[in-house]
Amino acid sequence: MAAYLDPSLAALGDKIKADLDADILAVEIEKGELCLTVARASILRVLGHLRDDADCKFAALMDLCGVDWPERVERFDVVYNLLSMRHNRRIRVKLSTDENTPVESAVGLFPAAGWFEREAWDLYGIYFANHPDLRRLLTDYGFEGHPLRKDFPLTGYVEVRYDAAEQRVVYEPVKLTQDFRSFDFLSPWEGLGLAQLGKLPGDEKAAAPAPAAPAPTAPAKA
Amino acid sequence: MAEPTLVPSDGEQTPGQVRIKNYSLNFGPQHPAAHGVLRLVLELDGEVIERADPHIGLLHRGTEKLIEYKTYLQAVPYFDRLDYVSPMNQEHAYALAVEKLLGIEAPPRAQYIRVLYAEIGRILNHILNVTTFALDVGAMTPLLWGFEERETLMEFYERVCGARLHAAYFRPGGVSQDLPPGLAEDMLKFIAHFPKVLDDIESLLTENRIFKQRTVDIGVVSKADALAWGFSGPMVRGSGIPWDLRKAQPYDAYEAMEFDVPIGKNGDCYDRYLVRMDEMRQSLRIMKQAIEKMPGGPVKTDDRKVAPPPRADMKRSMEALIHHFKLYTEGYRVPAGETYTAVEAPKGEFGVYLVSDGTNRPYRCKIRAPGFAFLQAMDFLAKGHMLADVVAIIGSLDIVFGEIDR
Repeated sequence: MAAYLDPSLAALGDKIKADLDADILAVEIEKGELCLTVARASILRVLGHLRDDADCKFAALMDLCGVDWPERVERFDVVYNLLSMRHNRRIRVKLSTDENTPVESAVGLFPAAGWFEREAWDLYGIYFANHPDLRRLLTDYGFEGHPLRKDFPLTGYVEVRYDAAEQRVVYEPVKLTQDFRSFDFLSPWEGLGLAQLGKLPGDEKAAAPAPAAPAPTAPAKA
Repeated sequence: MAEPTLVPSDGEQTPGQVRIKNYSLNFGPQHPAAHGVLRLVLELDGEVIERADPHIGLLHRGTEKLIEYKTYLQAVPYFDRLDYVSPMNQEHAYALAVEKLLGIEAPPRAQYIRVLYAEIGRILNHILNVTTFALDVGAMTPLLWGFEERETLMEFYERVCGARLHAAYFRPGGVSQDLPPGLAEDMLKFIAHFPKVLDDIESLLTENRIFKQRTVDIGVVSKADALAWGFSGPMVRGSGIPWDLRKAQPYDAYEAMEFDVPIGKNGDCYDRYLVRMDEMRQSLRIMKQAIEKMPGGPVKTDDRKVAPPPRADMKRSMEALIHHFKLYTEGYRVPAGETYTAVEAPKGEFGVYLVSDGTNRPYRCKIRAPGFAFLQAMDFLAKGHMLADVVAIIGSLDIVFGEIDR
């Protein structure tokens, strides 16, 4: 597993940071993978630099996807995975956005971004500005909602069936014969850090202020 | 009345002339040469393609969403159902990604078994692709010969895991069980016999005039285009880029294997066919080496928090029983982190971008399918070609909708 120990990755990360100082928010190496966090507005400059710089030459965009973190203010991450066949390296570029803020489309730099961005739009509702053809890609014609968001239910909202009487496919609200069950098999008393230990079920009782002791009203029996 | 003369769609129209309109043609989703449920809206000028707009998603099952609701082990079988032509290669990417997050490695024997089966998957895939491609452009016999061999290979799948297609055999931490006795010998018999079949298929296709007329100089991809469109696998090697993840970023036991990476010259459909034929021969070499060099020992990691204990232990040891119970209810927790791990699947780079939040379920599992990148270049590849060439191009792209639609 030479990739874990590749010292040139750290040097490359430092060099990119030096070249594009203001655009790069963070450079990390995690498990032998170089990861840049960039400001949303400068994504095209960063991607262009990564593609064209002689030390980078990340000429192929292998993957682009969204990740949803609903508890954050800017809930979406957009993750670009680039590959340099010249230097045999990979790099990951991340930025964050929300439902309303557009991200500049990378189609001008990498034609491959076209469908990946359409997919991220379809599944997450991440809007890409200046995309030539930002239609839905994977979901049904006329589909509403963005199914990979964490607040979209696994079962969806509509189901289709062929209606023999009407001789066509009809759309109906989802009816489950059994309630949707999501089992939480996580055992609460193991693998948690000390910080979370206070959150065991029932702990709220212990943490609540003890009811005030009744004031001594009657004098103690002699 | 005089016969009206025709003007092309963008020409100037004078009285008495008729404008020819481009017309749209729906190719699929129920077309045998569409290799699944591809709906291709073609805009034609006569018989020449002006624009190709693939509509995908007719096989969309929400795999990525489903995986977010399953434990790490329960997510494995979903990978068989992506590219159902080479199921184990996809499990491989997922198993490696989870292992990377867990910080474990499969024991050596498991790594060799994985390489062995990944190469079987490659042959399975290439037989299907080459022969159906030949069928699409008019050759029937290779399909019949090829599928007999696929049957043998799927029996190897069945003997090791009980299923011909949906294997669930490569698990994070190793493989689910060891090879049964006698299987390696049968594989060696297959390795000795299969080159003859390849020769036969090649004798029908490689110098066949019709086959060459249909494929040479069709769907040409230059080196620069291959990179820009995010191609991988035979699609870049056909264009002359010697790029193979098994060589460039070796995983499991590939470092110990000796094999060549065939590349093409012109990047057309014919070169991609040649690359795939030669890759099958190289796969046989790898299979042979994997069988011969395969070390003994366990086939899954002995970390009992990840892989279950042997059945015999569970009858005697309380701890083993608890481990088993915990693994198949709660599963294992994967430390928070993320990774993009890719393998050289038969079609190209199959990547898994896995984000863990420290619980027993993946927070996000993005599946990067090679065919997805190929198909989006359809417009670029088909423009200016004739309608019949679309079939040849689709055939040489090697697309399977299980992985594209996910």
